[in-house]
Amino acid sequence: MAKPKVAFYWCASCGGCEETVVDLAEDILKVVAAVDIALWPVAIDIKLKDVQAWKPGDVAVAFINGAVRLSEQEEWVKLLREKCSLIVAFGSCAHIGGIPGLANATTKEQIFANKYHLSPTINNPNGTVPQEHSKVDNYDLELPFFWKDVKTLDQVIDVDYYLPGCPPPPNLVAEAVNAILEGKLPPKGSVLAPEKALCESCPRNETKPDDLTIASFKRVSTSTPDPEKCFLAEGYLCMGPATRSGCGERCINGNMPCRGCFGPTPDALDAGLKLLSAIASRGKADTTESSQVLADSLADPLGTLYRFSLPASLLRRRLVDLHENS
Amino acid sequence: MANESFEPKIVGFLCRWCSYTGADLAGTSRIQYPPNLAAIRVMCSGRVDPTFVVKALRDGADGVLIAGCHPGDCHYAEGNYKAMRRFPMLLNLLDQFGIERERVRLEWISASEGDLFAQLVKQFTEQLRKLGPLNWQERIEALCTNL
Repeated sequence: MAKPKVAFYWCASCGGCEETVVDLAEDILKVVAAVDIALWPVAIDIKLKDVQAWKPGDVAVAFINGAVRLSEQEEWVKLLREKCSLIVAFGSCAHIGGIPGLANATTKEQIFANKYHLSPTINNPNGTVPQEHSKVDNYDLELPFFWKDVKTLDQVIDVDYYLPGCPPPPNLVAEAVNAILEGKLPPKGSVLAPEKALCESCPRNETKPDDLTIASFKRVSTSTPDPEKCFLAEGYLCMGPATRSGCGERCINGNMPCRGCFGPTPDALDAGLKLLSAIASRGKADTTESSQVLADSLADPLGTLYRFSLPASLLRRRLVDLHENS
Repeated sequence: MANESFEPKIVGFLCRWCSYTGADLAGTSRIQYPPNLAAIRVMCSGRVDPTFVVKALRDGADGVLIAGCHPGDCHYAEGNYKAMRRFPMLLNLLDQFGIERERVRLEWISASEGDLFAQLVKQFTEQLRKLGPLNWQERIEALCTNL
């Protein structure tokens, strides 16, 4: 019997998700013994027309990482949806938007202005900016269109499973690959990671106090957390209470509070708001003024609470041009 | 943006012990106030998860009122303190999402303050009328289309 085929594809991402496949180490040999890799842009040269020639169902599963931001990425993921039996959103960016999703806190115009004109390290005397169409030496050149908005994979195509994490840890990847090979998959739409909150598996859980007494938040950029104590006990904002476990506590073990890359637990509709509710309501403040001090000590609530999940959040992005169109 | 014909939609989360009773008193006392507020009775202002506020704004509300017992009077001892601590952080967050702070208010209304409740709804309605519609759904769709 022919080996099942798998595809890997990348959209708006950093390459860290490709790295996690390499991080399977020797186990990658078991994977390639069991499957054929039909597409993997980082490692093998396959063109768009090759994929267009596939028949639907030719490829068993596509692992797609990265958020969707360019017209080219939309074209590719729609094509892969057509040709592959299963689509797995691989990593935080495909799952909930990830770091590229933070661009939804600003606008395309602002991004282009900063990138090509305003940044102090830019030397662009002619004010050149990338164009979708341009003519060079009689050749018509085309670049993908840059969308106004960053999207999660499931905001663009139907997704069967999600592998969370920035990047997903190798053990979860190996488990997912095995489950697919053995046909032992959970219901469609499942996130292939534990459902409990990170606090439950956190090595520092014993020092988590019943009552928080945070009067103002500390920042890891200006002070160093105790290497053993619960971050929340010390006043550092940690996303652990509202974030799925299964990551292997990599950040915690690096003395960094959880930043939420695994996304919300299944019962949190919006992880950021849930955490805001839980943390703020138990802060140390009994007046309007001290509540304001507590709130203002969290320097960038949007960037902190939605560091990885802005496009997947209830409010999705910043509204702009207030009143202009209303 | 002042629009005379615009009628703001306000969702009011009123605590069952004080503010809802206060609103009821405004009614039984036949105090006139604008019909723009849809009251939702909750057990405590501390029960109002910020998710409720955001869902209301997403689903068409132009403003949200959270009203509870005065500090010290909470039926559950400190539920209203929880509401008080969350409120400024929620406003800071909404600010970053481009939603004006003036659209969400936290007020203390006791069971005997029917006239205060009526005045508040009147004032909040005018404030939102000046601010104009939020129109979240339509505006976000315009921002999320690909071209």
